[in-house]
Amino acid sequence: MTNHWVDIKNADIILIMGGNAAEAHPCGFKWVTEAKAHRGAKLIVVDPRFTRSASVADVYAPIRTGTDIVFLGGVIRHLLEKDQIQHEYVRNYTDLSFIVREDFSFEDGLFSGYNPEKRRYDKSSWDYERGEDGYVKTDPTLQHPRCVYQLMKQHYARYTPEMVERVCGTPQAKFLQICEMLASTAPANRVATILYALGWAQHSIGAQIIRTAAMMQLLLGNIGMPGGGINALRGHSNIQGLTDLGLMSNLLPGYLTLPNEAEQDLPQYLAARTLKPLRPNQMSYWQNYPKFFVSLMKAWWGKAATAENNWAYDYLPKLDKLYDLLQVVELMAQGKMNGYICQGFNVLAAAPNKAKVLEGLAKLKYLVVMDPLATETSEFWRNAGESNPVDPSKIQTEVFRLPTTCFAEEDGSLVNSGRWLQWHWKGAEPPGEARSDIEIMAELFLRIRERYRREGGTFPAPILDLWWPYANEANPTPEELAKEYSGKALVDLPDPKDPARIVRRAGEQLAGFAELRDDGSTACGCWIFSGSWGPTGNLMARRDNSDPTGIGQTLGWSWAWPANRRILYNRASADLQGRPFDPQRKLIYWNGKAWAGADVPDYKADEPPDTGMGPFIMNPEGVARFFARAGMAEGPFPEHYEPFETPLGYNPLHPKTPAATSNPAARVFARDLADMGKVEEFPHVATTYRLTEHFHYWTKNVRLNAIVQPEQFVEIGEALAKELGIANGERVKVSSKRGYIKAVALVTKRIRPLTIEGKTVHHVGIPIHWGFVGIAKPGFLANALTPSVGDGNIQTPEFKSFLVKVEKA
Amino acid sequence: MNGMNRRQFFKVSAAMLSGSSMAALGLAPQTALAEVRQYKLARMTETRNTCPYCSVGCGILMYGLGDGAKNAKATIVHIEGDADHPVNRGTLCPKGASLIDFIHSPNRLKQPQYRAPGSDKWQTISWDEALDRIAALMKADRDANFVEKTAEGKTVNRWLTTGMLAASASSNETAYLTHKIVRSLGMLAFDNQARV
Repeated sequence: MTNHWVDIKNADIILIMGGNAAEAHPCGFKWVTEAKAHRGAKLIVVDPRFTRSASVADVYAPIRTGTDIVFLGGVIRHLLEKDQIQHEYVRNYTDLSFIVREDFSFEDGLFSGYNPEKRRYDKSSWDYERGEDGYVKTDPTLQHPRCVYQLMKQHYARYTPEMVERVCGTPQAKFLQICEMLASTAPANRVATILYALGWAQHSIGAQIIRTAAMMQLLLGNIGMPGGGINALRGHSNIQGLTDLGLMSNLLPGYLTLPNEAEQDLPQYLAARTLKPLRPNQMSYWQNYPKFFVSLMKAWWGKAATAENNWAYDYLPKLDKLYDLLQVVELMAQGKMNGYICQGFNVLAAAPNKAKVLEGLAKLKYLVVMDPLATETSEFWRNAGESNPVDPSKIQTEVFRLPTTCFAEEDGSLVNSGRWLQWHWKGAEPPGEARSDIEIMAELFLRIRERYRREGGTFPAPILDLWWPYANEANPTPEELAKEYSGKALVDLPDPKDPARIVRRAGEQLAGFAELRDDGSTACGCWIFSGSWGPTGNLMARRDNSDPTGIGQTLGWSWAWPANRRILYNRASADLQGRPFDPQRKLIYWNGKAWAGADVPDYKADEPPDTGMGPFIMNPEGVARFFARAGMAEGPFPEHYEPFETPLGYNPLHPKTPAATSNPAARVFARDLADMGKVEEFPHVATTYRLTEHFHYWTKNVRLNAIVQPEQFVEIGEALAKELGIANGERVKVSSKRGYIKAVALVTKRIRPLTIEGKTVHHVGIPIHWGFVGIAKPGFLANALTPSVGDGNIQTPEFKSFLVKVEKA
Repeated sequence: MNGMNRRQFFKVSAAMLSGSSMAALGLAPQTALAEVRQYKLARMTETRNTCPYCSVGCGILMYGLGDGAKNAKATIVHIEGDADHPVNRGTLCPKGASLIDFIHSPNRLKQPQYRAPGSDKWQTISWDEALDRIAALMKADRDANFVEKTAEGKTVNRWLTTGMLAASASSNETAYLTHKIVRSLGMLAFDNQARV
């Protein structure tokens, strides 16, 4: 979230699209209700299903799954055509006036630089034009034919209300009503917010859908405003924290990135990431990258990381490509992986195409599962009849299942979707011999290290040198680890302006990332978390819920990254004189000497408002980008591409270009492409989702939840049920090219057929939640159906759009 | 004395009358009735925690038996929403309201277990056996397959044949230590639930 849960109460218009907060985030959704009741806010819900969020909406519009870019692109067109945009905001705080290179182009659904064999773009033309001073050229009049404003207007001119109706199935009148409601927030004193979740992320064009929404919000001047922003609701209690801490193939903590193998030396690695300003007097905060990186290397390798050995740069593995989950399952299925460790992750249920995952796990030499609960992954080798028809005697994988503590049995912090790091406390001992994940990981590491000490082995240095300063080596405390990622001074730190003065003593916790240095004198495991455990103690444990300004900014409750800031880009909530755009919703303002107000300013604290420094301080432009430059795989402006399993077989925006039917820049493995179904054989459009009463595959192990929602079902509309002769409560078989499930049919009015390109398209709703382990009635893992293809940028699987066939079981 | 049988009356009276001069005034039974209904969570330990399901991060209060004495094992008997929490303000959804049954699920794992190649059942093993065996398997795989340099002579120091998925509900502290260890081994096939 750019904003946070309580802040939703400040919105005038709320768009829920690509999510279903009322059912999936019920206690957060109350802030929507609050905004409606006390502010008169209007709620818009756009979803293929009439969800419980939709049931309390002021306007509900149906949409075909996977076509959100057409809808949102249509809104962008509407705003530009009617000129209903926040002029002062877009002129000063975005790249609308920036001039793009002459060789950039977009034709027949493809941007310049496409290589069809590699399914990848050469992105060199996707950039701004530079002047002789090295800075980007601009045209403040916005008349230049290649300025971002003109290019964007041209790009979305094709996204007409007629096109929206044809592709999305949304009636034009409904669409235009929503456009007008959103456009009502273009004035400076009106704000819209967006709540989305995996309904946007789990598509082969997921990241671009989200980007289109962000662009719409920028046009309306809604980013950085209280009651505004673009808010990912996020699905797991610490999925935000795990991402912040960089537990992904290519990341390091705090959104630092691992080196590519081409980056053989440290200066080259740092230069590529130490972003120089593209316009005069911009903060371009990534200029501090070396401070964050060196402090991380000191936290990991301590005294072994020195200036002489480039802060142990060679200890970091170098990437040749991304080893994301889909890539790893592919390698497993090819028999190229030997071991896999699943720490609280039920991969057999969570990765797409269950049959492929099963095949991969069966080819491993060893599998280690750490979990508080029994999972399908740990029992993948067990024959569970039709839902897991395997022969254990043919599976040679050794499996270890290690019992872990659950939330109630440990101390520590979690990051919620509003970026709050909230500390929690242990209330009970774990059952039996269960141990914490920290203890298990530490014990495992110490045993591996001991073997390297004793026996030697391949490249042992990073293991032997790993900084391990914990009082009990076999079980570091959460306090020790929190202090380590928050950061401390390693030597007395002199004030740069007055070297005689010491700002921090050796060993003292740092107050924040502004104190980090690139000379090895500070250690900090995650720069964006720096200050969470500061010189005054554990700020994550704070419980002051007072809200002195009344706009929901409880700055004394827990601690938010970065720097306890609650609303990102909040400088953009004030005009060029530093006055809040909306005096009724004052967030921060310039008081003549400094920035002050109800939030921690996302800006240089003492920079006067009129010096030309932009509010988007992480961007080298200083402003927000409509034109993504080389940041995205598919192109600088989002374009609609069909799901890989499309009910049309072509892209209505580019019917004559097969290369532009589905995401031309998505990575698809040959075997997975062969596993895609066609509409002739699988005529129904399926989408997966959660229910209010269940959480993923956990709560089928929980008695109360198993009682209230005991049995697997799928949802089909009345029209489809009638066509197939299926009565409510009958058992049905739902098949895709990859597998099938059997479940009870719930025939509902909440899913209506849509007319797309003149033909009728039926959606089928597949709640996840069931499997062959648990105390609820056994069922099928829903991912037996789902296709193995990811988003072109981040490889999130396309769980929300695929083709199935429904029939009587 | 409506709603009280004779036996309860004596129990209440006995508890309250001893050490009270109220008895002498003849007021005991009514007062005693008000006193006997003690708040059932009063003698429990209250612990503040966060719901582990979705990412709203609702505050919860866990009520536990056990007073911290050496031989008293704490066990959670009740969970409710934290009314002080700015987001959930005491409310919980159907998942959060059932958390007590997660803690006490019959499917909680209690001992390390091992499934041998080709076997159709679990066997219980000790932590020492499990961790030693896993450490040996990991080291053997790393030693055999670690890539220090590519064919072109680039230093890459990566280990691709063992991978790991990290939990989306584990704490920051667990996640941080896990990441630190994983990278020290040179692992790249590393992901978490945020990917899916």
